[in-house]
Amino acid sequence: MRLALFLTCFNDTLHPQTGKAVVRLLERLGHRVDFPLQQTCCGQMHFNTGYRPETLPLVRRFAEVFAEYDAVITPSASCAGMVREGHPVTAAQYGDHGLRGAVADLLPRVYELSEFLVDELKVTDVGAYYPHRVTYHPTCHSLRMLRVGDKPLQLLRAVRGIDLVELPGADSCCGFGGTFALKNSETSTAMLADKLREVRGTGAGVLSAADNSCLLHIGGGLARLRSGVRTVHLAEILASTEEAAV
Amino acid sequence: MTGSGTNVVWLGSPSFPEAARPLLKDEQLRGNLRRATTTIRERRLAVTGELDDWEELRTAGEALKRRTLRHLDRYLEQLEESVTRAGGQVHWAADAAEANRIVADLVHATGEREVVKIKSMATQETGLNEALAEAGISAYETDLAELIVQLADDRPSHILVPAIHRNRAEIREIFRTAMARYGRPAPEDLSDEPKALAEAARLHLREKFLRAKVAVSGANFAVAETGTVAVVESEGNGRMCLTLPETLITVMGIEKLVPSFADLEVFLQLLPRSSTGERMNPYTSMWTGVTPGDGPRAFHLVLLDNGRTATLADRHGRQALHCIRCSACLNVCPVYERTGGHAYGSVYPGPIGAVLTPQLVGVENAASLPFASTLCGACYDACPVKINIPEVLTHLRAEVVEAARARRRLPTAEAVVMKAAGSVLASPARLAAAQKAASLGGRLLGHSVRRLPGPLSGWTDSRDLPVPPAESFRAWWKRTDGGRQDENDKKDQKEGT
Repeated sequence: MRLALFLTCFNDTLHPQTGKAVVRLLERLGHRVDFPLQQTCCGQMHFNTGYRPETLPLVRRFAEVFAEYDAVITPSASCAGMVREGHPVTAAQYGDHGLRGAVADLLPRVYELSEFLVDELKVTDVGAYYPHRVTYHPTCHSLRMLRVGDKPLQLLRAVRGIDLVELPGADSCCGFGGTFALKNSETSTAMLADKLREVRGTGAGVLSAADNSCLLHIGGGLARLRSGVRTVHLAEILASTEEAAV
Repeated sequence: MTGSGTNVVWLGSPSFPEAARPLLKDEQLRGNLRRATTTIRERRLAVTGELDDWEELRTAGEALKRRTLRHLDRYLEQLEESVTRAGGQVHWAADAAEANRIVADLVHATGEREVVKIKSMATQETGLNEALAEAGISAYETDLAELIVQLADDRPSHILVPAIHRNRAEIREIFRTAMARYGRPAPEDLSDEPKALAEAARLHLREKFLRAKVAVSGANFAVAETGTVAVVESEGNGRMCLTLPETLITVMGIEKLVPSFADLEVFLQLLPRSSTGERMNPYTSMWTGVTPGDGPRAFHLVLLDNGRTATLADRHGRQALHCIRCSACLNVCPVYERTGGHAYGSVYPGPIGAVLTPQLVGVENAASLPFASTLCGACYDACPVKINIPEVLTHLRAEVVEAARARRRLPTAEAVVMKAAGSVLASPARLAAAQKAASLGGRLLGHSVRRLPGPLSGWTDSRDLPVPPAESFRAWWKRTDGGRQDENDKKDQKEGT
């Protein structure tokens, strides 16, 4: 099986440790993953901000770069959602017949990390060790776009040493919403404030999620409050072992 | 104004972010909203969760709406025929002004100078009360929440609960200071107990019900096949208006039709469970034309377009016309919960307002609304007729940008950033160079950024921003051949095996 890592431009630039964690995790499970260097971005920012013609080249690039792989794995629920919902829409509206076909052909092989582990590799215990009190924020797009359900939690529950505590109001949006956080920063901040209160109320030292963009937002708020709560991507917890702790 | 949906948006309303600013600082409002939306949300979850076929009902509702809109022309003509056959009269209004004129003329023809009103979104949308006042006709709202809004000279902030932004202490003050202006005053010693407030409203409204000769209503549904019109409500005040006066005038959006009487079975399950979180609403009134000796002697049905035909023409946006005005999307929306309805500057607030209003009035007249969402998808999950609100929102965002492009209003700063980002992301080499520059720049800034300039300050007003790491993933991958040459990585692996 030829596996490709679609890391996303955001993680590539700001969170390389998440990409390394995915590589290490999959290798531990016996799978070599490739990182095609021609990859850039899924186009979500352009698409969701209304710049659809500008999205098209990114959709085309994605379809070309990953065409030959059996599975494309991404540690971003939001970008996986964009590929699944936004790419067909963009291809239908602006693309040619060939692109529409290429997108439709590739889509079933694109997986968010927890989907790939649980649905394809049929594994929930990935042999991880993470001795910390962790709470998990199921991001909006993982819940309501990808419908990953409790797959990330199944994976986390199997981690040895973890003290997993429930986050009240977990399914509420943190207020990020991409450019929403800039265009409607005050409303975004009001939503964030409620999320921060819930996170801090759990007493967890680590907040995890399947998306670094939401974690950047919540983490930015936690850092501003000097809360002492760290944000750690799901992949990094799953990659952590007693020998190589994150 | 290119859209014909005049009065849908409140004139002079600022953009959503501006309108939201003072509302977000109003702690009383935030508390009222949080309490109210949380309660309704929990009730809705309980009564939708108990039905095994809830998802099938949603699918059926969506399919019915889709079919109705596809053949709307035919069903509307059928409705006109069946209403006329049953002794009613049908009027067609292309826009708000025409609808208001028709209603005012009909009231004048009765010789009356006042009407009682049932809660109605369509007449809110046309601004009927103000138009009637200009024509010398007093319109009295009889829905309890609409009464509160009218007495306070306020605007509704929710589709189902127009006074959701008020708590009972505020309502007591409104009743005490304003009831006398409209009729029977509130008692001097009025308390803020719900029972006492309801009693004051009951006494105030009763004299209007008994006196009124003309009523104006909206409609939840109209059956094309039979000409039957339905109003669904909780208080019974609507029933009073529908049965006591001699003349009944109903203003209804043209999308509110269902083909056959049996179709109501689906919607009368979907609507109360989604809106008030009840298995069944207390009052469902249905009437078919006029019946001698029973209820109004004259019935007029005003069919309102007001931007709906234009909305119907949009393949992607038309699903907004499926809306049955349950307001479940408002109650689950994290944005609405923080700002309340007034921030939307429209009769239709919340997620459905963000997709409906711009279509009714033209995107350029409500350009900030499609952006007033994080696309979290809670609205889509809650919608009883499965309107994919996030999908319509991103569609309308593209319309906003394209409209600006067409009028050569681009490039804005945002468009410049988007173009630059597009150029960087079009080439892995340029992306790598940008990452390198960002990481060098970041290192000058220290560990994290606490203050950014210009529009980016919106982020750093409440959040830190980490600086880019010294090495991007792609740089690491190239340098170490996918981790094979990485010292730490090799060490990790050796220790791990």
